[in-house]
Amino acid sequence: MGMLGFYLRKLITIFKGEVLVLPSRIVVFLFFLVLLLLPVVSQDPYLLRILILASIFAILAASWDLLSGFTGQMNFGHALFFGVGAYSSALLNLHVHIPPWGSIPLGALAAVLAGLIIGIPCLRLRGTYLALTTLAFPIILMGIVFAIPGITGGELGVSGLSRLSSSRLYDYYITVVLMLGLCTIMWKITDSNTGIIFHAIREDELAVRTSGINVTRYKLLAFSLSGFFAGISGGLYAHFMRIAGPSTLEVSMSFTVVIWAVFGGIVTIYGPVGAVFILFPLLEFFRFWPEFRMLMFAVVILLILLYMPNGILPWVRDKIEKECPRCKIRNVATRKTCRVCTASLD
Amino acid sequence: MIADIIISGLINGSVYALLAIGFSLIFGAARIVNLAHTAFYMLASYCIYYATHRLGVHPIPAMLVAIVLVTLIGLICYKLFIDPIREHEAAVLIATIALAMAMQEIMLLIFTGDYLSVPALVRGYLKIFGVKIAYQQLLTFGVALLILAGVWALLKKTRVGLAIRSTAQDREVANLMGMNESRVAMMTMGVSVGLAAFAGAVVVPLKVVDPHMWMYPLIMMMAVVVLGGLGSLKGSFAGAYILGFAESLVVFLIPLGAFLKGSVALSIMIIVLLIRPEGLFGIAFEEER
Repeated sequence: MGMLGFYLRKLITIFKGEVLVLPSRIVVFLFFLVLLLLPVVSQDPYLLRILILASIFAILAASWDLLSGFTGQMNFGHALFFGVGAYSSALLNLHVHIPPWGSIPLGALAAVLAGLIIGIPCLRLRGTYLALTTLAFPIILMGIVFAIPGITGGELGVSGLSRLSSSRLYDYYITVVLMLGLCTIMWKITDSNTGIIFHAIREDELAVRTSGINVTRYKLLAFSLSGFFAGISGGLYAHFMRIAGPSTLEVSMSFTVVIWAVFGGIVTIYGPVGAVFILFPLLEFFRFWPEFRMLMFAVVILLILLYMPNGILPWVRDKIEKECPRCKIRNVATRKTCRVCTASLD
Repeated sequence: MIADIIISGLINGSVYALLAIGFSLIFGAARIVNLAHTAFYMLASYCIYYATHRLGVHPIPAMLVAIVLVTLIGLICYKLFIDPIREHEAAVLIATIALAMAMQEIMLLIFTGDYLSVPALVRGYLKIFGVKIAYQQLLTFGVALLILAGVWALLKKTRVGLAIRSTAQDREVANLMGMNESRVAMMTMGVSVGLAAFAGAVVVPLKVVDPHMWMYPLIMMMAVVVLGGLGSLKGSFAGAYILGFAESLVVFLIPLGAFLKGSVALSIMIIVLLIRPEGLFGIAFEEER
């Protein structure tokens, strides 16, 4: 009992000292709390459905950020990973009868393979060439999907998959917990040494190579990691919708991912996740005027980018927090002195 | 069959060349990847449809008005949405996609999603070796070639062309030599959107007009530009005809070819890039830092 009390007090101290001091950390904490406790308040199936889809797409957008934001390998064909994940878990589930908990990771491995296959030719390309080449891959795959309707179902897709779980509430918890877990893992990856190397590759590839780092290996690692996470989200999507169709490979799918990530702010991981949770429900809200829905979506994005070209969440974060000029630790914007080194903040 | 392949290859190739050269110009001079480029092509087609069907104007003045109008719209969009965020590359990408989507939705609101068509300028057909070739197809091809020659002359023979080419080579030095870099970018945007509008105008009698008609040409155009080498006019020209012919060969020779035409054309692009990462005619630049 004494031990338990000790750890509890320690936890509260850490919580007070590390979480409550910064508004951004409070927001992240509330985000976790609200998502996990929401079903206690409301179990409206429509609301749960929106949040499930938002979670699935949040994984996808964050995985784009891991590859394109951090490593700077502009990938315009992220739908490839999503589609490969969705189609492989669908086919595995339907023909080999592997339940979702097995078919989703296997689908993600297929997406890793796709990442390696497209990563190797893309190693020699950079910048705009890379962006425009990667755009081609999902379109090629889509042509193949349409050309062999016997296996892939052509335009109708593969349908009749088994459910993710027995009820909407379990679906919700599976996707939300997976999303929170995977996004934390991605955030941790970008914070680790590997993440620093990814960062460095984006800033100056030549300098990284001169420092004796095998750039090729790290680029391929970024492609496979991103493919893995995107593949998981594709598999989840297929099992939640119970269909894997060609819409998962569409060009607009690739573009939407880029829109989410850039809107939320790239090179952050939390940006794309936040952006999906802002834009996806917003799009649902606009359904009251169905004919204006996409137009409003486009206009909102244009206007926000005009004033916050670095993305909305970094902009908000810079408004409510200041960085200490001496020790580079972030502080609430209302403070006059740094909370660690007491240097003046202005 | 062979004549069909040649004709459709030449026409597709010319349209892709018109689009790709415009795209490549604005990328070269201002480093803007304008994904809304083909949306202007769609806009021009709709303008012509509106003028000829709803207002009853003769097609030729309709085309001229459409080109001028779309170029103006393009310049306004550039000034309002792209110019302020030009320094943020990723933001420009998203802004242009959003712009294209907005235009698509506006067209969808005004004209609904129906498939529309515009009548041919000239009727009748020519018989060569027993194959019918419509005069409209010949006209489209001829006008496209004329415009391509005009662009070439503009770029190589005039002072404006010199400014555009030198800005494409090195923005900073061009600026130091007294060229107003932002004005050159503006002018290039005008030429580029004008070319897209022209492509829309010449091809509209042969194509179906619908709000999603910009998506497929956009992909093919980018493939052409990458294949030929970014910023290289010769490359865009060659790439456009290679992909145009590849597309029509696949459509006419392979069963279910219509589904595979994009795949095959893009696969050709990827194979070329594997051998020559800078494209067919591109120059391998020193890394920009």
